[in-house]
Amino acid sequence: MTIDWSWIGDHTDDLATLTVSHLQAALSAVLLGVLISLPLAVVAHRVRPLRGFLLGISNVLFTIPSIAIFVLLLPVSGLTRTTTVIGLTVYTLVVLLRNTVEGLDSVPAKTKEAAKAMGTRPLRTLLTVELPLALPVIMAGVRIATVMSISLVSVATYIGDGGLGQLFTDGFQRDFPTPVVAGVVLTILLAVVADAALVAVQYVLTPWQRRRA
Amino acid sequence: MIQFDAVHKRFPNGTTAVHDLTLNMAEGGVTVLVGSSGCGKTTTLRMINRMVEPTSGTIRVGGKDVTRQDAAELRRSIGYVIQQAGLFPHRTVLDNIATVPLLLGHGRRKARARAAELLETVGLTAEAGKRYPHQLSGGQQQRVGVARALAADPPVLLMDEPFGAVDPVVRAQLQDELLRLQRELSKTIVFVTHDIDEAVRLGDRIAIFRTGGHLVQCASPTELLARPADDFVADFLGAERGLKLLSLKTLAAVPQGPAPEGGPWDLVLDAANKPLHWASGDAELPVRPLKDDDSLLSALNESIASPTGLIARVDADGVLTGVSSRDDIHQHAGQAHTEARVAA
Repeated sequence: MTIDWSWIGDHTDDLATLTVSHLQAALSAVLLGVLISLPLAVVAHRVRPLRGFLLGISNVLFTIPSIAIFVLLLPVSGLTRTTTVIGLTVYTLVVLLRNTVEGLDSVPAKTKEAAKAMGTRPLRTLLTVELPLALPVIMAGVRIATVMSISLVSVATYIGDGGLGQLFTDGFQRDFPTPVVAGVVLTILLAVVADAALVAVQYVLTPWQRRRA
Repeated sequence: MIQFDAVHKRFPNGTTAVHDLTLNMAEGGVTVLVGSSGCGKTTTLRMINRMVEPTSGTIRVGGKDVTRQDAAELRRSIGYVIQQAGLFPHRTVLDNIATVPLLLGHGRRKARARAAELLETVGLTAEAGKRYPHQLSGGQQQRVGVARALAADPPVLLMDEPFGAVDPVVRAQLQDELLRLQRELSKTIVFVTHDIDEAVRLGDRIAIFRTGGHLVQCASPTELLARPADDFVADFLGAERGLKLLSLKTLAAVPQGPAPEGGPWDLVLDAANKPLHWASGDAELPVRPLKDDDSLLSALNESIASPTGLIARVDADGVLTGVSSRDDIHQHAGQAHTEARVAA
């Protein structure tokens, strides 16, 4: 297998466009996943009977094969980016929901009690005490969801989207390995960079966790 | 200042935590609630700021029924110090202290300025304010807890076993600091502990609870130690309650005379007339000079440890003023005891 460097040189613009499109799909899904899972996690955390139900649903959704999800969504949103993002979002939910619930569970009862005893109302306690303290566990979920989404975007090639995944079909169809290799390398690179960025974000958001031992 | 009127608390599981409690806590005084675990002392405390709601009866703070006030606003007006401090791990020490002023809408700058002031009040450095709670020792965290409770200058302070988790040396320091603060601030303090020595040390009034949430006796430490209401209270105070009573009396009234000379043991002084040690030939024994405001208990202890049975009395500067004999101390101790027991 030889790499055709001149093909890469000729297609840098295409590669950049596909990379950006790939990242957009993955990040939209994670962002949407966070927005959906956050309120659901708060409900699951506070209302014990609903916890098993919500986590169960997210587990079941996770077991649906990814191609099937895109196919099922076709009648609703067609061959569009929306279909890609919705499909990916469904997969992020299982990790995000579970980690957010666990993050909220991990907040010491004593700290919540202190907030209440100081006269902090429940919503403010959630926003200024519980969520910040749950952040490390939530961020662990966001990192997994992000890397997972970046790798899953390629599957959406079957519905005409798929970002860097388009390079794989292109390479296979023409029996020409260079685009495939470029696609794989760029996908991995994207995942590594996104993960590092999230680690940096977490570092900035949790100053109390630095210098700990 | 704080009035319990026929207050009853039954938990949903059927246990009665507080049984028909009627109790007044005086303004500017320290009321200590003591008893073994499960006696309802903490529940009593937590009903004052509505962390627990009473089943029946009324609780008034400053004349106002607590259940008729907004719970969050009520809590902001009452300082609360929790066991093991309960600090917010994600906020700096300064921001921890600023919690209530911020909730009251004082603005971040003003709240932090107030917090910095309190840092000093509780004996911490400005540098400590920038740290996070986990970077402080247990004793320092407890000080921050006290500062946080004082931040909005509430008239009432609730303290739930605040010094339970620190070692005895640090605990004694924190108790001293609290007494010093209280002399300056005159808050109405309700203090929960299971340690009777702590109660005797800090309380103006001590309320003893028995399992089942019954208040058995509420009295001043002296009265309690001298005249326990029943066997339960006497047992709780322990076999040495006579000695504990002496810890509340000072040495001031015990007569003193000049140090004797020519005995087997001499009291050796330095150039400034400060006691150094007892000496007999080549043998030396340490001396612990006592001031007028030291307790009769420490005097008794020192007189037993002294080779002559004499204790060295000094003024505020540590200069010898005289000595007192074991007999005089003993006689005064007995007298103090009798007086306390027959007093109306």
